[in-house]
Amino acid sequence: MPSTAARVVLVTGVSRFLGARVANTLQADPGIERVIGVDTVPPSTPLGRTEFVRVDIRTPGIAKVISSAGVDTVVHLNLVTGQAGPRAKAKELNVIGTMQLLAACQRSPDMRKLVVRSSAAVYGSSPRDPAVFTEEDEAVEAPAHGFAKDTAEVEGYVRGLTRRRSDLTVSVLRFANFLGPGVDSPVTRYLAMPVVPTVLGFDPRLQFLHTDDGVEVLRRMTVEDHPGRFNVAGDGVLLLSQALRRAGRPHVPVPAQSIAALGGFGRRVGGMPAFSPELLRWLMYGRVLDTGRLAAELSWRPKYGSEEAFADQAARQGRGVLLDRLASVIGRG
Amino acid sequence: MNAHHEEPFDAMDGARVIPIRPGSTAPRPAAADQAGASGASGRPPSDERNPVERAVASGLSFLHRRLTGAYEVDEFGFDPELNASVLLPLARALYDHWFRVELEGLENVPAEGGALLVANHSGTVPLDGIMLSVATHDHLDRPLRLLGADLVYQVPVLAHLARKAGHTLACPADAARLLAKGELVGVFPEGFKGIGKPYGDRYKLQRFGRGGFVETALRAEVPIIPCAVVGAEEIYPKIADLKPLARLLGLPYFPITPTFPLLGAAGLVPLPSKWLIRFGEPMSLADHGPEAADDPMTVFNLTDHVREVVQQMVYDTLLRRGRPFL
Repeated sequence: MPSTAARVVLVTGVSRFLGARVANTLQADPGIERVIGVDTVPPSTPLGRTEFVRVDIRTPGIAKVISSAGVDTVVHLNLVTGQAGPRAKAKELNVIGTMQLLAACQRSPDMRKLVVRSSAAVYGSSPRDPAVFTEEDEAVEAPAHGFAKDTAEVEGYVRGLTRRRSDLTVSVLRFANFLGPGVDSPVTRYLAMPVVPTVLGFDPRLQFLHTDDGVEVLRRMTVEDHPGRFNVAGDGVLLLSQALRRAGRPHVPVPAQSIAALGGFGRRVGGMPAFSPELLRWLMYGRVLDTGRLAAELSWRPKYGSEEAFADQAARQGRGVLLDRLASVIGRG
Repeated sequence: MNAHHEEPFDAMDGARVIPIRPGSTAPRPAAADQAGASGASGRPPSDERNPVERAVASGLSFLHRRLTGAYEVDEFGFDPELNASVLLPLARALYDHWFRVELEGLENVPAEGGALLVANHSGTVPLDGIMLSVATHDHLDRPLRLLGADLVYQVPVLAHLARKAGHTLACPADAARLLAKGELVGVFPEGFKGIGKPYGDRYKLQRFGRGGFVETALRAEVPIIPCAVVGAEEIYPKIADLKPLARLLGLPYFPITPTFPLLGAAGLVPLPSKWLIRFGEPMSLADHGPEAADDPMTVFNLTDHVREVVQQMVYDTLLRRGRPFL
């Protein structure tokens, strides 16, 4: 094994769905001596031999953890998609947390490798984008707010660190929207609405990634060396209308102007998801990634295509009845 | 979910999908293959049923697929089934009976492999693109993948219908990706300057953009097929342009035609001009090689050359057509 083999791995955001899954996978690898998980809240599921340290990555405490344990690999999964609290707090966690963490990484002589969970949100969604994004593409309209802006800033800081510590192996993974067990994101909450509002006159092309595949990519990136930026998404493309029909979910087209108001009302009344501007743009223009680079680098394809990932999610959320009945009546005819 | 969908398919057993047109390219979910096995479920094989029954069955199975989302789209959002059975038939009515389109030089379009169709653009509303799509689908058995302005993708409804019909944004990345997949890509290099030109300038080609289409063809190493569309100029004769209103609405122009907005909605009906579409001989760029795409002088010269060829074809075809409305 090369000298960059991960021996002591630090996983941030270990109390969330992705962090817990990745920590559990990594600790099963005998080549890794220690897995240290950090988060601000205790994990809800047992982490096995992963050592949990309750530390806020926005504080210099994280530097102490890294230096005292001799961490050589950091898997940064602490990006929060928001709505689990006020927006300002999410931004604080995403951006300031990353800055503090990267500062600690730069200082530590043991550091060898950094794996960052980024998001396809950096590409934005607009009618002026190419149909398929490659890693070299940039957002036509730089994201001005929300999670997308955080992601862009986080990637900026990671680039800065890569420049200053050229000896580090840095992998940045731009994930499509996660679906799978335990995933709680604006998108899963949107899809779980009893009647799903779609934007009138738009039918976006969407891609999804199953958590299993996301975890596998993160594991490969951690135990092997694959520096660079990579798009990660399930194969294939679904149209929103098509996805909702496959899931048998009732949906109703709503004009873009009123969908935001509707979302705000739903959140106040029924705990339904708010429609952030970026979610709304995603629902209008969609986003498709070219995953050719990752496939070539890992010689691997996701086990779940976008379609299977969506089907898996739909099966867990339960199907609507109305469209199913109609379809089966027609099918019988 | 897959398990869920297999059942209704089996239930359809003998139902055969009848292509709207022979030789249409829409993929047909295993239905045709299953037809042989249908005897097992007790129904007569589809061929023995009467035509009405078959039509109803195929209509229902189509509706069923649409309702359950059991169809495929490519990464550009192209939905061949919807295109062949809903969008193109609508356009075909105009194509056959209103514009009475006649085609020339079909043999010049390669049957397979990437190729860039370069056509003149006119008519105030881009019906020329739609008619070209019908022509290549029906007579060449190839879907035409047009490169459209970003305005198309901002307009509700139009945005997703354009994608479902197989078209995409005019940008080098999309064009290169489509050509690499061996698709027939269509482009109108004149853009808004062509389609929005006043009636007085009809059949005078405008500047061919900045030659981006030549760069794309050079890089992708595909031939350029010049194409002349005659007839589109007369459908909405633009005699004036309300620029302030266009700016207000964010449009490149706001046309005044003899019937619009004078007759209101009736003014939106295109005039029934006679159309001729001519495909010219493929222009191979193989002599130049892909590196020529980085040589602006070569690109300019080739752009001018293609423009002259298309202009000449337009004049020739115009002469052959004779009177515009009969």
